[in-house]
Amino acid sequence: MDPIISVRDLVKTYASGFRALKGVSLEIRAGEIFALLGPNGAGKSTLINIVCGLVTPTAGQVCAGGHDIVRDYRAARALIGLVPQEITSDAFESVWLTVRFSRGLFGRPPDDAHLERVLRELSLWDKRDDRILTLSGGMKRRVMIAKALAHEPRILFLDEPTAGVDVELRREMWAMVRRLRSSGVTIILTTHYIEEAEEMADRVGIINHGDIVLVEDKQTLMRKLGRRQLTLQLQSPLPAIPPGLADRQLELSADGLQLVYTFDTQAETTGIASLLRQIRDQGIDFRDLQTSESSLEQIFVSLVGSSR
Amino acid sequence: MNIHGMRAIYLFELARWCRTLVQSVLSPVISTSLYFVVFGAAIGSRMTEIGGVPYGAFIVPGLIMLSVLTESVGNGSFGIYMPRYSGTIYEVLSAPLSPLEIVVGYVGAAATKSVILGLIMLATARLFVAFEIAHPLWMLAFLALTSMTFALFGFLLGVWATGWEKLQVVPILIITPLTFLGGTFYSIDMLPPVWQKVTLFNPVVYLISGFRWSFFGTADVSVAASLGMTLGFMAICLTVVWWVFRTGYRLKA
Repeated sequence: MDPIISVRDLVKTYASGFRALKGVSLEIRAGEIFALLGPNGAGKSTLINIVCGLVTPTAGQVCAGGHDIVRDYRAARALIGLVPQEITSDAFESVWLTVRFSRGLFGRPPDDAHLERVLRELSLWDKRDDRILTLSGGMKRRVMIAKALAHEPRILFLDEPTAGVDVELRREMWAMVRRLRSSGVTIILTTHYIEEAEEMADRVGIINHGDIVLVEDKQTLMRKLGRRQLTLQLQSPLPAIPPGLADRQLELSADGLQLVYTFDTQAETTGIASLLRQIRDQGIDFRDLQTSESSLEQIFVSLVGSSR
Repeated sequence: MNIHGMRAIYLFELARWCRTLVQSVLSPVISTSLYFVVFGAAIGSRMTEIGGVPYGAFIVPGLIMLSVLTESVGNGSFGIYMPRYSGTIYEVLSAPLSPLEIVVGYVGAAATKSVILGLIMLATARLFVAFEIAHPLWMLAFLALTSMTFALFGFLLGVWATGWEKLQVVPILIITPLTFLGGTFYSIDMLPPVWQKVTLFNPVVYLISGFRWSFFGTADVSVAASLGMTLGFMAICLTVVWWVFRTGYRLKA
């Protein structure tokens, strides 16, 4: 299947001389949730703003739904909805007028039934006649999302959607994003919260210093880079790792009460069963065991750290 | 063409105006009425006719132009500066709208307000002094053309301004003096010969002169010159607007 967004050799040099993007190439598949991760100043927002037409690219090409975003900007932009990072609003307008405005702006004829669905979905229907300045911060963010969805976009960009949002609203937004995806909308989100990417994304792209460091299926990424550890809590302290276990990847804690076994999730066999047999044969008793998996956060930190 | 988009901007701007109808309509009407009371009735009764027109009637076109210019620049600049200031401009810039469509939406709304305001002031003036309009269609044409041109100028001002002060300063420092010195209250042949020459560099002279001609059939400068200058100024503004969108000046990084 053709990608819904294809970015080729995209370069952006700002007037100050700062190179925000250094030849980024990226393909987003139709219907996926793609999480773009990266530290501050990595180029996430620049990339999104170029695709949405807010920043002029220095070189390279971007197509959305097969339409070049510069030459064929009308067709490309009509497909795209953007929820920017910062909350901005026409403070004195009512919620209802502002979403109607957004729909018209993107060239769609009025459709009050659709707008009602969007507002209900975001729990904004009761607030539709309120002026935006009277709403709470969380409500204002919902208004931003409602505006982006007013013209029924096929592609939705969420630039740090849950920054400064409470847990409840964050959960609600995640649920909404999943519903949108199931209706066929492609979602690209940037985030600082790795748990968000871990929870939501189908694929993860990591950008750092204006370069894409990696794009990978989230599961594959976690499997490929993930390491697991088995920790055994021993009944009585061991003075040292017994010679019979020397060929294993084992570490003994300083107090001698914890034995840690690190294994690669990609290996054919984890070796846990044979290890446990060996330990029993050595006459070592343990009272508890846990396994832990490295999170996307650890993966991210190690990747960004090595690309520095 | 994105008709819905243009319409959305146009109606959004008019809705904003309606919300502040009292201050946007009443205040110019009141200030104009005051001008008529002072210059028309109190002082005007002691003034001689100018070119066969009673002074009270003579100042009507000038006063209307004074307000229309100020309001066009004000509305045109505010319309685009406000979303730039609040950040909501992102939505307009990311919409499938051509630069021309954006300009038509904002400038069209600002010019519409000015034309309506001009007509309200005309009706108000008629309550104070008697006059007839010799060329009503030309009067409307000059009114519309001037409103559009100066709303365009205002749009540019709103794109250029980096703060509220700058938005205020240009009308106060440039538009108001040019209008007062552009023959609102006098005919330029009442000036000493040197100043008659100097005043011809003031574009507002041509606007007021042309507009006054549409009322009374007499003018300081030829009607063709008035029309030409107005269209010329409009062409300059359009060229700069085109450049703004081409380079993304203060709109896009």
